[in-house]
Amino acid sequence: MNAPLPPANGGCRSAPVLKERGQREVFCGLTGIIWLHRKMQDAFFLVVGSRTCAHLLQSAAGVMIFAEPRFGTAILEESDLAGLADAHEELDREVARLLARRPDIRQLFLVGSCPSEVIKIDLARAAERLSQVHAPHVRVLNYSGSGIETTFTQGEDACLASMVPVLKDTTARELLVVGALPDVVEDQMLDLLADMGVGPVRLLPARRIDDTTAVGPNTVFALTQPFLGDTHAALERRGARHIAAPFPFGDEGTTAWLRAIATEFGVNEETFEAVTAAPRARARKAIAQAADALRGKSVFFFPDSQLEIPLARFLTRECGMTAVEVGSPYIHDALHGPDLDLLPAGPQISEGQDVDKQLARARAARPDLTVCGLGLANPLEAEGLSTKWAIELVFTPVHFYEQAGDLAGLFSRPLRRKSALRLEAAE
Amino acid sequence: MKLTVWTYEGPPHVGAMRVATAMKGLHYVLHAPQGDTYADLLFTMIERRDHRPPVTYTTFQARDLGADTAVLFKDACNDAVERFDPEAIIVGASCTAELIQDDPAGLAETMGLSIPVIPLELPSYQRKENFGADETFYQIVKHLARPQDRTARVTCNILGPTALGFRHRDDVEEMTGLLSDLGIDVNVVAPLGATPADIARLPAAHFNVLLSPETGETAARWLEKNYGQPYTKTMPIGVGATRDFIAEVGAITGLPCTPDESRLRMPWWSRSVDSTYLTGKCVFIFGDGTHVAAHARIARDEMGFEVVGIGCYNREMARPIRALAKEYGVAPLITDDYLEVEQAIETLSPEMILGTQMERHIGKRLGIPCAVISAPVHVQDYPARYSPQVGFEGANVIFDTLIHPLVMGLEEHLLTMFRDDFEFHDAAGPSHHGGQHQMADAGASGGSISGKMIEQVAASDNVIWLSDAERALKKIPFFVRGKARRNTETFAVERGLHEISLDTLYEAKAHYAR
Repeated sequence: MNAPLPPANGGCRSAPVLKERGQREVFCGLTGIIWLHRKMQDAFFLVVGSRTCAHLLQSAAGVMIFAEPRFGTAILEESDLAGLADAHEELDREVARLLARRPDIRQLFLVGSCPSEVIKIDLARAAERLSQVHAPHVRVLNYSGSGIETTFTQGEDACLASMVPVLKDTTARELLVVGALPDVVEDQMLDLLADMGVGPVRLLPARRIDDTTAVGPNTVFALTQPFLGDTHAALERRGARHIAAPFPFGDEGTTAWLRAIATEFGVNEETFEAVTAAPRARARKAIAQAADALRGKSVFFFPDSQLEIPLARFLTRECGMTAVEVGSPYIHDALHGPDLDLLPAGPQISEGQDVDKQLARARAARPDLTVCGLGLANPLEAEGLSTKWAIELVFTPVHFYEQAGDLAGLFSRPLRRKSALRLEAAE
Repeated sequence: MKLTVWTYEGPPHVGAMRVATAMKGLHYVLHAPQGDTYADLLFTMIERRDHRPPVTYTTFQARDLGADTAVLFKDACNDAVERFDPEAIIVGASCTAELIQDDPAGLAETMGLSIPVIPLELPSYQRKENFGADETFYQIVKHLARPQDRTARVTCNILGPTALGFRHRDDVEEMTGLLSDLGIDVNVVAPLGATPADIARLPAAHFNVLLSPETGETAARWLEKNYGQPYTKTMPIGVGATRDFIAEVGAITGLPCTPDESRLRMPWWSRSVDSTYLTGKCVFIFGDGTHVAAHARIARDEMGFEVVGIGCYNREMARPIRALAKEYGVAPLITDDYLEVEQAIETLSPEMILGTQMERHIGKRLGIPCAVISAPVHVQDYPARYSPQVGFEGANVIFDTLIHPLVMGLEEHLLTMFRDDFEFHDAAGPSHHGGQHQMADAGASGGSISGKMIEQVAASDNVIWLSDAERALKKIPFFVRGKARRNTETFAVERGLHEISLDTLYEAKAHYAR
């Protein structure tokens, strides 16, 4: 089995990038709390912000998680804006009350927002102070999920990056796998790595604070998500080395990702083949079933989660689609380069957004499928364009072999639905 | 600083968006950071609107803060006017932009735009969504209404309905029909469906029907004061309130208002014998003040329920709700703290909740049926069918809404008779809600499937789940787990397998993948 071949007409790594700024139809980084708080079961996320922040979390989460959530918003009021000395006292009081009510909480993240950044509430200092007060039972960290600094999935990046400096030191040679994945997917990944004899494997984020994640000069790390640029840099500062690879979406991406790790750990070809052959065959079969509806169709990505480039690679190479435009909020060569290498030349690669201009391009191109945020999906459907809401790609298990068919299915469902419905008025 | 888990109302600029989105030919230029665009999805997803809200966000970022965010605002403003060609614009700031004090109103005024520019001052750190909508509509009316003669025929305006309002779409239709029956034409409906030019015509009407006090009262008061237009104070939700409303309209107009009640079925539905079981059912009512007040009367006088508690989340309505609570002999609950509402419901343990989207979830957790009667609401509360709340058809709709979560009368009697039957017990839930109880169970326990269920299945099909496969199955979300289990077992049986391993599970998954 060889590494995936780059496309005959060249990839997109050196293609010119259309950089735009203007109105962005994206979530801010606070949104990441919705999946992070479910992943880290002993963590609480306290946003220091406004009513808007609370309303965003509630609206983005919808009704999916209407249990008592492990997140909340300390809403700034008029009195907090008047005198900043109060804000810290008020925060201490709210945190003390919260921790008293939820003794199961072991890690508390103070999450900065647009208002708290603008009025410069020093959450790093607050986190340090609160850590001393509540140690050793609770560790308090801080990061910013504000819209003025982070776009959607960058919130997870900022959160994980805030954990890197407090990871224990190690000199052991270990693999650190970075990025929040649903437990079921994470277990599949761990099984594959274990079967190849790769280990020990550590996870960031770990499910609980007591887990043994550590980092040091002999650590090598692999990213499962393409939006972890700051975490990547923070780990390199701790001496760890990145294993660059395409991201594990689809059969090809998963194989390439696993192969990069296998090569690093000296796994022989027979073992690699023995471990991956059966799930690869399943993935191919499942993709083939979903890809029937996708083959020969065009796709247009609005920037949303930074998953766009790896997903465009998957859809073009494994599902037979043609990419018209692939927009990403940010493009990092170190992270996205391997996927750009494999993405066949042709599509416009764009970074950032001026939403009205981009909508004009989408309308002109009339793609068969448009991948966009929730604010745009219904208006585009009303114009006759089929859409896939991007947020589902972040909330649904889509990584690795066993989910490859589901991933293709997320894209094919809108097209199958369109062809299944008979709602036009009679001639 | 106040810790909030869930909120009943969004920030005030979302209220302004509800007005802008309701209208035509109006555009909202909102000074706001990246991320505030989330509010678009409230309209496109929850209300299923097929157009983007007419809002341009300046989308400033941290790096702009040192530079000139005012320039960003002006550029966004110019672009919006050029691209969307509105008749008028409203300009304002979200919570973050309020802090950087760029003064969008002042900036827009200096730009020399040829269309009316209506500045909004919405204090984000003091007020909330309903205030934002009410204030925005008032400012629009104040800026655009023009003196003019009254129409020859008796006409009225319908004030208050907005985008993302609770049943506003259908309430406008029902109200228009009711007024037409009374011989009254509608001059303008606003903000829903109105253009800035329509707003200018508001003073031509003889009086105003205030259809949504939360979002239209300030404008109605201003029109009364400045144009001598009286407005209706009765909210026509429920049979009695609708009759009172008609009488009020008669008093305002001097017209002989005799309503056509031929389509009103609610009183008979409530008197008929199946409804006996409704008698004295304890209900807790919570929502916006207007709907709570209306439903308290419906609950007691028209359904025969016993009201055990009432409250509202909008402090603007605290006074009337307190007075009403006194009349009903219950303690008023005026709060926007979701946990406090949950606590109150737990303590009172009513047999039914009339509430909002939030109380639906409280009810789900506590096992208490809930009917949604007020915003905030979710996508399921925007029905495709015609379902007004006001007027006589509204009363019919509300009767159905209030009994739907409950077990029907005959069924309840049978349940009492066969209380100990293993399938036919009251915990099984109403028979017209298939499978609901089992789902609720799985949700409450965090979605774990009991070993017993697996054994039963195993026994019936002669297929055994190996422990690793069973563990993987448990990790599948509860709402698709049943299907995954059935599919896997069918797959195994078809292939003559007696054991389900992790591989079998995934083979089946791949087999059924779409």
